[in-house]
Amino acid sequence: MPGSEMRSATISVLVENEAGVLARVIGLFSGRGYNIDSLTVAPVERDRSKSRITIVTSGTEMVIEQIKAQLGRLVPVYRVLDLTVEGPHLARELALIKVVGTGNARSEALRLADAFRARVIDASTESFIFELTGATDKLDAFLDLMRPIGLAEVARTGVAAIARGKGTIE
Amino acid sequence: MPTHLIGNDAFQEADTTGITRQATKHNYLVKRSDDLARVIHEAFYVAKTGRPGPVLVDLPKDILIAPAPYAEPSFAPHRSYRPRTEPDSFRIAEAVALLKRAERPVIYTGGGVINAGPEAARLLLEFVRLTGFPCTSTLMGLGAYPASDPQFLGMLGMHGTYEANLAMHGCDVMLNMGARFDDRVTGRVNAFAPAAKKIHCDIDPSSINKNVAVDVAVVGDAAQILRAMIAAWKADKQQVDKSALATWWQQIDVWRAKKSLRFTQAMAPGSVIKPQYAIERLYKATRGAGKETFITTEVGQHQMWAAQHFKFEKPNRWLTSGGLGTMGYGLPAAMGVQIAHPDALVIDIAGEASILMNIQEMGTLAQYRLPVKIFILNNQYMGMVRQWQELLHGNRYSESYSAALPDFVKLAESFHAVGLRAEKVEDLDRVIAEMLAVDRPVIADICVDQKENVFPMIPSGAAHNEMLLGPEHAENAGGYTGKSVTDEGLVLV
Repeated sequence: MPGSEMRSATISVLVENEAGVLARVIGLFSGRGYNIDSLTVAPVERDRSKSRITIVTSGTEMVIEQIKAQLGRLVPVYRVLDLTVEGPHLARELALIKVVGTGNARSEALRLADAFRARVIDASTESFIFELTGATDKLDAFLDLMRPIGLAEVARTGVAAIARGKGTIE
Repeated sequence: MPTHLIGNDAFQEADTTGITRQATKHNYLVKRSDDLARVIHEAFYVAKTGRPGPVLVDLPKDILIAPAPYAEPSFAPHRSYRPRTEPDSFRIAEAVALLKRAERPVIYTGGGVINAGPEAARLLLEFVRLTGFPCTSTLMGLGAYPASDPQFLGMLGMHGTYEANLAMHGCDVMLNMGARFDDRVTGRVNAFAPAAKKIHCDIDPSSINKNVAVDVAVVGDAAQILRAMIAAWKADKQQVDKSALATWWQQIDVWRAKKSLRFTQAMAPGSVIKPQYAIERLYKATRGAGKETFITTEVGQHQMWAAQHFKFEKPNRWLTSGGLGTMGYGLPAAMGVQIAHPDALVIDIAGEASILMNIQEMGTLAQYRLPVKIFILNNQYMGMVRQWQELLHGNRYSESYSAALPDFVKLAESFHAVGLRAEKVEDLDRVIAEMLAVDRPVIADICVDQKENVFPMIPSGAAHNEMLLGPEHAENAGGYTGKSVTDEGLVLV
């Protein structure tokens, strides 16, 4: 049957910025057994009247079509855009990464951070905090390299994504 | 409780909007009196438009008692909620082209036609007549197409007629108008109408391709879709294949001749009443009553017998809980109908188990002088549960037998209503006549055959052509053992 393979989808949802809207979206995913690989949300209008939710999910083509249709049904949802199928898009996330160590490990951490263009935003005699922005796989690669050196703690934002070119979600 | 105490676990505090989110189409918590008028107008708009559904407005106590400014409803479109009602004309043309070339077509209609209003039902009749195609309906769609019309095949699905289900199974083009390929209708999905091109018309885009992948999807309001289809049908010069259609009708007539709903009622005095017979006599009596008749039901065997044996000619005369199947629905629903139609005859066809779910509303009937009739098919079992236990679980009647039922006649009297009982076949018509004659709430306790099961039946996980007919039919004379049901089917129960 066509479309029975799993695929990943990055979906942008423009919503009314009101109480409970995130709970509605999350309730939809848990209630219907859909996956959430990443979810981010923040107000995007100047008057804070609308928020943009970026969801990375996975499923068969039929399930992803269902997810989009179900999101579209929610009353406070303005627009649902599947960036994965709408054309080229950019997806980025930010991570704050704490590395603890002394001696050679410190200089190795700094060298790798430089190669990945991670910024040092805090330092003590035994630790660094790096700020790194990029695609999910770039962040994953950096974390894999830091792990043997002294990776102690990570905070990641999840993915924010937008379509290339002049088209907009509205 | 007041707004400023929300979150403090105050007396009787519950997160009402949180609890009801999964059970409503939308809900609101009003925290400022200035928002109240707008929210109430919006709540009604959301509840009634698109795919309609319940909307809950939670009012904290301070909002409830404070004066609030009134504002007229705004006619500006809603900011984010804009259900599509106008169908895409290209899709309509595609659908009509498929239907015109069909050799074995079937039209399958659902509650969407009812929700679209009486005009949609009128257009459905016009379209079905125009095409000459057979038409079947889901449980929720009954009444949208007149039951007495020769093109009507009866209800389809788990307890639908033989001819409706086999027409669905054997069709080459299927037009679904306002139904949602529910599992009680499709049976086993991978064996559902295997040869059919499927056209799905629905106001809710999330219904499309959810359970069954379709060839043509039309999103819109059923009345607008039907109006567009009638125009497109007339404009398309392609002729239908009349001889193929005639052959198809001959086949359908062979299936009809099975009379899959038939039952045998012994008429000798003292004979036990068959539930199907009770519905049939009730139907006959209401036809002669000279009043608009509205039927509500609870959920279970009585509901299916009512759907099979009570014939509806008009939409909105049949109110039942289909998809969710909530026992206890029928009595409050009947109350609402009676308030809306004070002169109509409103009957809740109930089971003795379901009616107890909301029995306290008997007091409301008396208080508001609502002459609702409650017609209980009393078999002392949660019959649909027992039926499955009998067919699939080795007759282990766990918790489905009620050994300590109330005396419904005395119960009615204690609630200021009239209580009647029919124990034998010769009592039935008299009890029905008395029930209809009284201008007060009535409970008619109809003691029916305890062992009767609902047939035909498509067991869960089976296909339409694997339907079981009742004991009346020779091919099932050995009785049904449930062996053909797979484990996958059992979990669907």
